[in-house]
Amino acid sequence: MKHLLSIEDLDRDGIVGLLDGSEYMSDVLAREIPKVPALRGKTIVSLFYEDSTRTRLSFETAAKRLGADTMTFTAGSSSVTKGESLLDTVRTIESMGIDAMVVRHASAGAPHRIANWIDASVLNAGDGRHGHPTQALLDAFTLRRHRGDISGARIGIVGDVRNSRVARSGIQCWSRLGADLTLIGPPTLMPERLEGWPVQVTFSLDDVLSELDVIYVLRVQQERIGRALLPSLREYYARWGLDAVRAQRLKPDALVMHPGPMIRGSEIATEVVDGPRSLIREQVANGVAVRMAVLWDLIGSGGVV
Amino acid sequence: MGTLVVRGGRVIDETGERDADVLVRDGVIVEVGPGLDAPGAQVIDADGAVVAPGLVDIQVHFREPGREDAETVETGARAAALGGFTAVVAMPNTTPPLDDAKVVGAVLEQGRRASCHVAVAGCITRGREGHELAPMGELYDLGVRIFTDDGDCVADANVMRRAFEYARALPGAVIAQHAEDPALVAGGHMHEGEWSARLGIPGRPAAAEITIVARDLELARLTGGRYHVLHMSTAGATALVRAAKAEGVRVTAEASPQHFTLTDAECASFDPVFKMNPPLRSSDDVDAIVAGLVDGTIDAIATDHAPHPPASKELAFEEAPPGMLGVETALAVAITRLVEPGVLSLRDALARLSWQPARIAGLDAHGHGLPIAPGNAANLCVIDPSETWVVDPARSASKSRNTPWAGWKLTGRVRHTILRGEPVVINGEAVR
Repeated sequence: MKHLLSIEDLDRDGIVGLLDGSEYMSDVLAREIPKVPALRGKTIVSLFYEDSTRTRLSFETAAKRLGADTMTFTAGSSSVTKGESLLDTVRTIESMGIDAMVVRHASAGAPHRIANWIDASVLNAGDGRHGHPTQALLDAFTLRRHRGDISGARIGIVGDVRNSRVARSGIQCWSRLGADLTLIGPPTLMPERLEGWPVQVTFSLDDVLSELDVIYVLRVQQERIGRALLPSLREYYARWGLDAVRAQRLKPDALVMHPGPMIRGSEIATEVVDGPRSLIREQVANGVAVRMAVLWDLIGSGGVV
Repeated sequence: MGTLVVRGGRVIDETGERDADVLVRDGVIVEVGPGLDAPGAQVIDADGAVVAPGLVDIQVHFREPGREDAETVETGARAAALGGFTAVVAMPNTTPPLDDAKVVGAVLEQGRRASCHVAVAGCITRGREGHELAPMGELYDLGVRIFTDDGDCVADANVMRRAFEYARALPGAVIAQHAEDPALVAGGHMHEGEWSARLGIPGRPAAAEITIVARDLELARLTGGRYHVLHMSTAGATALVRAAKAEGVRVTAEASPQHFTLTDAECASFDPVFKMNPPLRSSDDVDAIVAGLVDGTIDAIATDHAPHPPASKELAFEEAPPGMLGVETALAVAITRLVEPGVLSLRDALARLSWQPARIAGLDAHGHGLPIAPGNAANLCVIDPSETWVVDPARSASKSRNTPWAGWKLTGRVRHTILRGEPVVINGEAVR
């Protein structure tokens, strides 16, 4: 694999291969010295056009655990208004000699554009509302560790699916692994068109709550109010929030996930976040192992570490 | 000015077609018939080719004044001449906008030396802000016939109503609309549909065009005003225009080559060369635009030639400005897409590329799109209708390179273009 731009570029075996690799990296991270020289001499640059402390730190930790050199380039969207094109920026960075570029951008497809322009491997760390493939992989990895098999799991994705790159990549990843997916939320936050999507849709969380094996809660943003997508966050929470009462109606072994950053009390209750069903902290921890596996696949020898 | 004879071609114009030579003296056609010659005449070889009235593009952006790095009247007109056009209408969304007689006069002055006749459209509202009427009468007196805030839609229904009413005092003037409701397309970058949902790119729904066209048709009905729909792109708007025409509303419409050929699926490449407003639509919309061109609902093919320098397209899709080049490829796309498959005859395609748009913009009064007959201005193009070529952006005469047709193998090529009796393109090369 040269680039990781979208989960769509992977088939089931490709995903499973990366999850198996992540398992190995997870073992590495559990060692007394959690570091291997697998990418020694390689240079990885993080090109972040959008603020994202957690994803950037996760990637940089992954790169360092593999012995790679890392650089960070954080560009506000101001570089655009200053007139430098994306092409010029990435060519400048490439000329410093790099093996992989980890790209976060507010616009869909920016990593795809960059992959056409440079020789280095490109890793999509989130592009607009389009995709966030490593988030999908770490979510699948986390869930697989708890369930063994994702096939047949009924997963409900609750919230702002329309504007969520996490949801788009997650749907592609989980459907390839055989999960049964239901999107839940207000119609204004559902994708405008769903032809060909491997999902069911319901506007009522309460109707499906007790049937879910996994409830994956998305962040809801205050700015949706001003754009006439929601009347209020209070109303949203009352209908679609995972509060403590709803959490009690979940199946006994149902699991709760959230990609972060979360707003406690706007979409999910504090008790649920910190409760026994929650995988939220594990998701973050697993991100490093998964990103190590992806980096190793893209710019390592491809063999066993 | 001298004498020239266009020899050996098949003449096609509004009146019909016949094999004939065309003798031109001092910019005017003096004789049309077989075996013409005149002492000292320059011979323009049309052997095996079609001789047609020069093409007329009623929607181009030549970026002057304000963005001369993207295009100028000179370079845009040269590109247009290479595409067989002898007349164009330059849109007023320049910086400053064409809402003022001085600015309009300056652009017209640039056009006097250009490779094709450059008419301009004037703004409907001052500053294209949608509130107060631009000095339409002053602009009319300079020759402006199309009024539009193109690039932006006149969203205020009352302003649109008053523009329709006021323009009735200006014979031949037409109110042309970029029909996309700004509220519905706010933040959108491509057609709203299956592809935008999949790609996560915010959409511009077809309803934004359909609702504005529906409203404007009612206002045209109310006021008796003349309405022109710029770059119509949806099945819904096409159906509305078809019905309104049947009821006698004074409406015309145009479509661009990209809207009768390309779909929103192109956006999956994330290449902003496929970004424009209105956006590339669904295949159902493309089919409806083709049907509208066939049955006469859509009167004209206009390119919306919208140059952008390379750096402004070397961005992510959502960051890049909308617009595509068009003047050098429009005829060939029309032939490849419509004539070759037998959807339109070549003459019907030429009607939509020449005499029909000429009449919408009042350019027939300037000698464009007229029958190839003695006494008419010699604005002509000579076309090889079956020659194939591959589009190479590097060879474009435009200052910009943002063509969606790069690498396309097209059929139909312009051999010569003659403007007021002067060759401006000879054997596919610009000579002015």
